[in-house]
Amino acid sequence: MKDKTKKHLLFAGFIVIFILLVLLPSYASSYRVIFVTNILMYVILTLSWVIFSGPTGYISLATAAFFGLGVYTSAVLSGSLSLPFVILIGGLASFCLAFVVGSLTLRLRGMYFTMFTFALVQLISNFAHWYEVNVTGTVGRLVLALDSVIIYYSILVVFCLVLLASYLIKHSKFGLALQGIGESEEAAAHSGINVTLVKVTTFAISAFFMGAVGAVMTMRWTYVDPPTAFDIRLSFMPLLMAIFGGMGNLFSPIIGSSIFAYLEEILTTKFPYYYMLLFGGAMLLVIVFMPHGIEGIFQKPQKDNKGGSAEKT
Amino acid sequence: MKILEVQGLKKNFGGLAATSDVDLHIEQGEIVGLIGPNGAGKTTLFNLISGSITPDAGIILFKGKKISGLKPYRICRAGIARTFQSVQIFPKMSVFNHVVIGLLFGDHRHTTSISTNEEASQIIEFVGLSGMNELRAADLTLANQKRLEVARALATRPELLLLDEVMAGLNPTEVAEAMELVRKIRDKGITVIMIEHVMKAIMAICDRVIVLHHGEKLAEGKPEEITQNKSVIEVYLGDSTCLPSET
Repeated sequence: MKDKTKKHLLFAGFIVIFILLVLLPSYASSYRVIFVTNILMYVILTLSWVIFSGPTGYISLATAAFFGLGVYTSAVLSGSLSLPFVILIGGLASFCLAFVVGSLTLRLRGMYFTMFTFALVQLISNFAHWYEVNVTGTVGRLVLALDSVIIYYSILVVFCLVLLASYLIKHSKFGLALQGIGESEEAAAHSGINVTLVKVTTFAISAFFMGAVGAVMTMRWTYVDPPTAFDIRLSFMPLLMAIFGGMGNLFSPIIGSSIFAYLEEILTTKFPYYYMLLFGGAMLLVIVFMPHGIEGIFQKPQKDNKGGSAEKT
Repeated sequence: MKILEVQGLKKNFGGLAATSDVDLHIEQGEIVGLIGPNGAGKTTLFNLISGSITPDAGIILFKGKKISGLKPYRICRAGIARTFQSVQIFPKMSVFNHVVIGLLFGDHRHTTSISTNEEASQIIEFVGLSGMNELRAADLTLANQKRLEVARALATRPELLLLDEVMAGLNPTEVAEAMELVRKIRDKGITVIMIEHVMKAIMAICDRVIVLHHGEKLAEGKPEEITQNKSVIEVYLGDSTCLPSET
């Protein structure tokens, strides 16, 4: 019973926050709107990372590759297509890349998969650079900048979609299969689950949202080149944010990434020279004292409860 | 009718022949015991049949159709389910969801969620885990984890069930219960092949026993014939105290 009222309260809280978010541009300064846009970007990246890596335990560092591909697709297309199509195509480009890469590499386990995804970012970034130098003859490109409110609402829509997708996957037959794969891949395969297909599809779905958010963020930057588009930091941030928040339910990564992104924004503006140092220190403290993230603090008393739901990962 | 036929099956691991030239067949509705000393290739044979590994040579036919080379999930959906020597459960998943996975993925005919819930409960009751639906698999005793593996396997609606040492590590009461369960499974019309070191169980419930040694088939026959077989006694039952006094 207590658990249920808690859940309802949490849900009500999120509805209020959601309404505040929708109305944000009407009461906040445009600086605030951009600030929240940045936070939402991290939240989306973290949520989409958790879709795949949360249940399966495969640690992917390819986030920057999919994000960057979205950025580039959008930079190439902007001006020639309407915004929703640009975002959609940006997402689809990353979806396809993830599908191909996933089919080739998801037979790798553990460290090998992680290293490959890490290398993928460098590979694609360098390929984009090579292409620009040798084919187009110019490095980087200018993008038609859009109004920050339009960008904000686009990000908000992507956020709602990734939230919906996470929820649907988690509460479907598909989500159950993912959990099974994460806990015993061999047993899952022998229980009739097409392990490869489930893994590759989920990897691609998570990449779709990373690409879509990249496609939106392009419009804010006005100029993109490979190092900014394929920023390796974006591969690590979602992972750290997910660890910080916890991955047991949908809310934890959202809360984790919001706080984390907020801290990052504050630290970069207040302490531009020390922020990485402060950040590293904070991360160490989190890992030492909160191994299960923020989620772990709230759930400890309930963990012994034998009736526990199957959702906890 | 032959439900499973294995012809000239070979598998090498490096220089070691884990399975060499094994021919065997399983009749529908039998309980077949697969015995042999450690390293005889029993589990390898299960891995080959269930698709975990692919044979270097030879062919496996299930109901007359070739299944060797298929992916494990295909073989499972075709109607062969298995359990594992070292229990392979989903530790953090509820008992109920284990069975649901089997029902939803192992059996293509499955559609509605209402019938899924009902069938899952029936299977859980059948293996003797009723009342434990919501428990996490990691919190079960070893005996119950083994039952859970059987439940998940049964949920895929197999026609052939491969049991890999379901009785290892169980106490005498649990062994008796497990024997009863295997009989009940056969009575449902499911053919069973079981790897087992608990000889009492093998002798009591198997219709036929196949003995493997160094990856080769050493002997096969009725349990009482196997206990009289000279070469089997030499390699496997060598110590006469292992022989069952009755039967």
